[in-house]
Amino acid sequence: MSFKVFQINEEFLDVMPKEIVDLQENATWGNPKRGVMDLPFHKELIEEHSLCAGCPEAAALRYIMASIPNPEDTVIVNSTGCTSLVFPHIAMHTVHSLFGNQNAVASGIKRVLEYRYPDKVKDVIVLAGDGATIDIGLDCTLQSFFRQEKITTICFDNEVYANTGGQESGATPKGHVFKMAPKGKQFEKVPMWQLAIDSGCKYVARLTVSSPKRVESVIKKAVYVAREVGPTYVHLYTPCILEIGLNSDQGLEEMRSKDKERFAFFEYISPEAEEVINRKKAEGLL
Amino acid sequence: MINPLTTEVQYNKSGQKIVSPDYLLFEAPREKFFMTGSEAVKEAVKRASVDASVSYPITPQSEAAHLIGELWVEGYVGVYFRGESEFGVMSEVAGCALAGARTITTTSGPGTLRAFENFPMWAGTRIPVQLVLMARGVNSPLSIQPDNLEVGFLLDTGCMIWYAENAQDLFDMILAGFVVAEKPAVHVPVITVVDGFFVSHTREAVMLPPDDIALPPYDPKKAPMPVIDLEVPPGRFLRDPFVMKSNYISYATHASWQFEVRAAIERSRPYAKHYLRGLIEEFGNPDADIVFVAAGTAASQSKEAVRLLKDEHGIDAKVVKLKTIRPFPYEELRSAVKNAKYIFVPEFNVVGWMEREVRRYLYKHSDAEIIGAPRVAGGMTMPAEVIVEEVLDYLKVR
Repeated sequence: MSFKVFQINEEFLDVMPKEIVDLQENATWGNPKRGVMDLPFHKELIEEHSLCAGCPEAAALRYIMASIPNPEDTVIVNSTGCTSLVFPHIAMHTVHSLFGNQNAVASGIKRVLEYRYPDKVKDVIVLAGDGATIDIGLDCTLQSFFRQEKITTICFDNEVYANTGGQESGATPKGHVFKMAPKGKQFEKVPMWQLAIDSGCKYVARLTVSSPKRVESVIKKAVYVAREVGPTYVHLYTPCILEIGLNSDQGLEEMRSKDKERFAFFEYISPEAEEVINRKKAEGLL
Repeated sequence: MINPLTTEVQYNKSGQKIVSPDYLLFEAPREKFFMTGSEAVKEAVKRASVDASVSYPITPQSEAAHLIGELWVEGYVGVYFRGESEFGVMSEVAGCALAGARTITTTSGPGTLRAFENFPMWAGTRIPVQLVLMARGVNSPLSIQPDNLEVGFLLDTGCMIWYAENAQDLFDMILAGFVVAEKPAVHVPVITVVDGFFVSHTREAVMLPPDDIALPPYDPKKAPMPVIDLEVPPGRFLRDPFVMKSNYISYATHASWQFEVRAAIERSRPYAKHYLRGLIEEFGNPDADIVFVAAGTAASQSKEAVRLLKDEHGIDAKVVKLKTIRPFPYEELRSAVKNAKYIFVPEFNVVGWMEREVRRYLYKHSDAEIIGAPRVAGGMTMPAEVIVEEVLDYLKVR
């Protein structure tokens, strides 16, 4: 891959929004040691993105974008929802096709990239909400794990269908009242991280995005393990402050409170994954 | 093909000699084989330099999907696996094509509908996937019998729709389908329809070119949309920027893209005309005032009816077989029916989607009476005698 792929055509530079030019000029491509500590000086997401003020998902997206070890050779496949609205505002290859088929599309992309470029590293990352991952797309998600597709799946769990106005999802805890669950949700929160382990994921983590360094560590491990071993899954709590009635400055507080509850940090590392992680640590990449 | 710079013969990844589509389809010597429609699919894929295929079982297309799997084992196909459902498969082949692969898959009947959300998505992302659709009944109660109702649903997805009459057509159309669908000016999916069982499971003579030659490989760098392989610029943003904001610019953007997809289908006409040797085929007396307009095996049965009408009743008739439905060959049809007094549209479905199409494109272009009959469904065959009787009853010659 040439970094020229990401350069804005010179003739367009004077008409491009400043923020888009900044994405090119201040990005951190080509450095596998990049991470969240670069964020104050570099740019991964434009300020005028389409998420709500104070949205924890925007923070999560920044941390992930800053942590991907190989962004210049990474495709992100996403799904319908708030995440899909923000993808036009990042400086990476992204694909959005339908609601719920993200792991299937990613499977096709990954296999063909391996076939067409057997000697190059090209990572494929799926990034979608809890509705897309756990409800409508559960079949495609789990089947990609069963097939051992070498992709990383990241779920932004806000425990609700937020983009459509606040309907309960499979990830909503039992008893929570949302639209379409006017008497409170009738069944337990789907333990997606456990399903991922049982379905063959080689590395699985569950956490909130209250700690940027921890997000960086988890994302890097997940990508490196997926590249060499098999499917990996990261379950992040990114609360929708709008739908749970918080102010724009209360997202971090909400995540910290859940750090001790149902999103207490949990990590599963298979023996094959551990070998990769230890090697990457020795190489100074983790 | 010869590389003009080195004058060396070029080979594809499977070691087959690369030849031009014209040579493969028109000039290469052919030999006669006796095979099913499913086997004809295998023979076409074998000569098509296919990169990827994903499959899911459903009768009657499963055998064709198995045979593509065998080609993968033999090294003729790069990527092959079984997906989780037709929805998953059509999504997976979308991923394969987005990443720059020449991609083919097959389905039938209910699988088509389960996968349906993907077809407008394919067209909207302008990926040149080829779907071989072996048509079969779809509605409850469950049926595995042949019927082509599902084609009516597919007509307005933004995909090209071609219709093969027999195994020979299917073989030639699959090869031509890739060539036309991948033209930079076209670059939309092609759905190659064939009637399930009647063609997929019956043996007939098929003329095949040698299997050590193949189509030139797909070059995704010529695609009008950037391929998602991280090698080809521009590479920064979502390939289909969202147009969900409520303002006139986004309305216009979305609407113009839909027109563009349909315009791409229209731009396929000259290529399809060349590689299919015309968008229609005529059979019978060219000046007959009784005309059957049909596609697929309904065209075969109509041809037999033309013969019976002539031999047993002294009545002249002709068949206009439509090879493509999208683009619809309206100019060719209008010209072919200019002497017609009666236009019969025999078809294998309950709703009569072909009759609707024929009426739509002949409105104000023909004074002939258009009769949407005979029509069979649910797996029934359409004996040529039934078509003949329909004509005799209508003309009140008995």
